Amino acid sequence: MSGAVGREPVFPTRQSLGLMKAKLKGAEVGHSLLKRKSEALTKRFREITRRIDEAKQKMGRVMQIAAFSLAEVSYAVGGDIGYQIQESAKQARFRVRAKNENVSGVYLPQFESYTEEGVNDFGLTGLGKGGQQIQRCRETYARAVETLVELASLQTAFLILDEVIKVVNRRDINSELDELDREEFYRLKKVSNKKQRDNAAADAEILAARERAAEKAAQNGTPPVAEAEEPETTDVLGEQEDNDVIF
Amino acid sequence: MAAAAASTYKDRQFLAVIGDEDSVTGLLLAGIGHVTDPPDAQRNFLVVDAKTENSEVERAFKSFTEERKDIAVVLINQHIAERIRHSVDTFTEPFPAVLEIPSKDHPYDPEKDSVLKRVRRLFGE
Repeated sequence: MSGAVGREPVFPTRQSLGLMKAKLKGAEVGHSLLKRKSEALTKRFREITRRIDEAKQKMGRVMQIAAFSLAEVSYAVGGDIGYQIQESAKQARFRVRAKNENVSGVYLPQFESYTEEGVNDFGLTGLGKGGQQIQRCRETYARAVETLVELASLQTAFLILDEVIKVVNRRDINSELDELDREEFYRLKKVSNKKQRDNAAADAEILAARERAAEKAAQNGTPPVAEAEEPETTDVLGEQEDNDVIF
Repeated sequence: MAAAAASTYKDRQFLAVIGDEDSVTGLLLAGIGHVTDPPDAQRNFLVVDAKTENSEVERAFKSFTEERKDIAVVLINQHIAERIRHSVDTFTEPFPAVLEIPSKDHPYDPEKDSVLKRVRRLFGE
């Protein structure tokens, strides 16, 4: 923050000793809380990475099976159905929704797959032949996609956790610095507020005095020069430094 | 932060796929295919073959990951991800999740996966 001094600038008084002690206590508690949070997150993180590894392996197998069932379909139908499928896809039947899971104050989204009822784009596909194979293939692929969705939520959780853990581990230092900054700023603001208030009060006083003097001058019929000679009964120790001298 | 994040994924409900013909066909059979409403009808899948330009793949990837806000997961064949590896590796947002999947002709290679690479690096393997 301020130069490369390894020591807090402390004025040696009992009050600041108390302040410093409270600050140290706060910092220690904060640190241990953050540390616990970081540990909980890290634990979760490791679990997720392990599951990602497993899920990726599983995905390899599942996709292989699915590809095989598709090969069965093209064999049974006796031609390429890819084009037909692509043209008849209109509304997604298989969708996902996201819900939240809370891990130590971090929201991890989880995708959940569901099928939209009443949507069937491929009602006529395989009507001639190979309908059974197509049905089976659809089921296989639906299962495969479920695995993929599961993997996707793991992966998203992984990315978010990675980011959050980095932030939490860094926060020890940054938040402490921020707090010091805030304190200092608050103090300065207080000081300047007080100054402003004092100035305003002093101004009002001067104005009132001046008005009184003007009235008096009008009543006496004396020229306003007398005003300057009139002993102003302001305290010398007051805030205002220079009175305007009016002739 | 959590509230802002919630709005970014609450409407994401579709899957998108960039892949070779077989992968796309299979996934469409599972029912993930969706075409948006007519004014600017957009498909959420792209079939890539040997003749498809890399720029087109790149454009589709950009549109699925950055422009469209209704896609939760982007599935991409690993050998196609390889062609636009730079874009895939530099995309680090949590949404949508980009998932590299194996294809029939190209078995899955964990070494190339951008997320697995990060996992490996974190554990210092």
